[in-house]
Amino acid sequence: MRGILTVFRKEFLENLRDRRTIFSALLFGPLFGPLFFVLMINIMQQQAETRDEQQVEVAVSGGAYAPNLLALFAERGITVKPVTLDEAGARRAIAAGDQRTVVVVPQEFPSRLAAGQPADISLYFDRSSEMGSSATNRVRDAVDDYGRHIAQSRLLLRGVDPTLLRPVVVKGIDVSTPKARAVLALGTLTFFVILAMLTGGLYLAIDSTAGERERGSLEALLTTPLPRSYLIYGKILATTAYMLLSLTVTLVALSIALQFTRLEDWGMSVDLSPRSVLAMVLLTAPLSLAGAGLMTIVASFTRSFREAQTYLSIVLMVPTLPLALVGLLDLKPTVAAMATPSLSQHFLMTRVLRGEWPQGWEILLSAGVSLALGLLLAWIAGRLYEREQILG
Amino acid sequence: MIEARGLSKSFGKVQAVREVSFTARDGRITGLLGPNGAGKSTTLRMLCTVLQPDAGQALIDGHVVADEPIAARRLIGVLSHSSGLYPHLTGRENIAYFGELHGLARREALRRADELVEMLDLAECAQRKAKGFSQGQRLKTALARALVHAPRNLVLDEPTNGLDVMSVRSLRVLLDRLRDAGQCILFSSHVMQEVAMLCDDVVVIAHGTVVASGSPDELRARSGEDGLEDAFVKLIGSGEGLG
Repeated sequence: MRGILTVFRKEFLENLRDRRTIFSALLFGPLFGPLFFVLMINIMQQQAETRDEQQVEVAVSGGAYAPNLLALFAERGITVKPVTLDEAGARRAIAAGDQRTVVVVPQEFPSRLAAGQPADISLYFDRSSEMGSSATNRVRDAVDDYGRHIAQSRLLLRGVDPTLLRPVVVKGIDVSTPKARAVLALGTLTFFVILAMLTGGLYLAIDSTAGERERGSLEALLTTPLPRSYLIYGKILATTAYMLLSLTVTLVALSIALQFTRLEDWGMSVDLSPRSVLAMVLLTAPLSLAGAGLMTIVASFTRSFREAQTYLSIVLMVPTLPLALVGLLDLKPTVAAMATPSLSQHFLMTRVLRGEWPQGWEILLSAGVSLALGLLLAWIAGRLYEREQILG
Repeated sequence: MIEARGLSKSFGKVQAVREVSFTARDGRITGLLGPNGAGKSTTLRMLCTVLQPDAGQALIDGHVVADEPIAARRLIGVLSHSSGLYPHLTGRENIAYFGELHGLARREALRRADELVEMLDLAECAQRKAKGFSQGQRLKTALARALVHAPRNLVLDEPTNGLDVMSVRSLRVLLDRLRDAGQCILFSSHVMQEVAMLCDDVVVIAHGTVVASGSPDELRARSGEDGLEDAFVKLIGSGEGLG
């Protein structure tokens, strides 16, 4: 037992002096996620705001043929810019970026309308432009409503109830609470947190296995009376410790970084108070042992630092990448999900972010399965080091 | 005392060592001499418990290595092929870490490290990180690490590899001192002049098996050659490269 602690202390302190470890465990991983997040949210917010406040402008050719349409545009806050363009001219104006949306009313429009025939209005836009599409939608809505008004007045003239034309009325009602909406927006947050945590142990896992072999210090270690499995237990513990450090720094950085976003303006609030940061650290911590065990095992099979780095960056994706998707899909936390390491931590963290508290069985199941997996992986790593092939 | 009794070891289809037997006695320096790939490192690794022999026994002070690996490891100090130090630990910390792994309390391990720093004239490395050590400093630090638990037996795998003349000379002085203190020293080399200069006993190994053993003089006499180089070539039975 003292031997394990000796190895743990040495690995922990030595890596504290290694700039590479510090960079990946305490700087890059933990700060990259939160920074990325704040940037992303701020950009999203800015876009949404400009979209809403923006004066939508539409170029209209032949507006004189449809004065009521121009009036409707004005009513909806859509600025009309009179132009004279044919079809080719409208295409060119959009392609050149001079206009986002061009409405062309043909000369025969009033006569067809008067005759009760279908009258064309052409709407030119570029679907691939994100900023353009919301402006275009508002213009298109206005044109549609214009057509509907005409239809309604024609029906009324003939003594028909216009509501006959709308047998089904779709009412979209958004029931998500502001907090829940925020969680959806922050859906990929847990991905960053768990990725940063695992990255924190990356260099240690490599250094203490492939690095030890490449450096030529492994053979000397194996001639000490310490059981080989104890050696690896000490190393896994040190890797776990760095992951926990990384996890804590990440969450603290995140709770600070989110103060620089204006989620409240959006009616959103995310609970990242010190209390919930602490809860998230504790709820996620049980996963670190499994992460450290897995990385140590994989790194043990590699011949060099470089090779280990390649494999481990892939291994890192296994428990993390699904989270990026799950966060967006908004799956429900079932018993099976709570018994799946990484996935269960995602759900627990999401709960806390929402300002809810996970249930007791969820916490126990998540921590129990994760710890059991961690112990199993550590035991396998220990067995691997008992084999003489480990010398490579 | 280190004894090899009929040690054999194969890796897959390749038989690296075949029935190797010899004894390295206390108070003597025994050299394991042979060309590259003769099985020297494999033999030493079996003696210091890193590898399990397929057949035969390795004994350290009468303890069978396979049965009592932990006891054997306490009795033996090993300087492996590559002296691998931890680059971010100082010389003193590198030494003391192994002291702790051998069961010394931290304070005791540090005290012992200071002792070895003095004994091996390592003062300039003691407080510096191992990252920038010269080849000679690395070797001495690794040697101190091997000696940290004051073992009665010392095994060195090609310790002179890459050392300059001055470092080889100081290593020789050191080994002589340890030998005179009654330790059993076993080291491997493919350089015969070195073995001739350093060793009291020589075990010549070629193609995984012992082809001759005795003092340098005896070996010369047995082969009927005057020079040790000629004797060596004759003993290993070919003009095989000596590396």
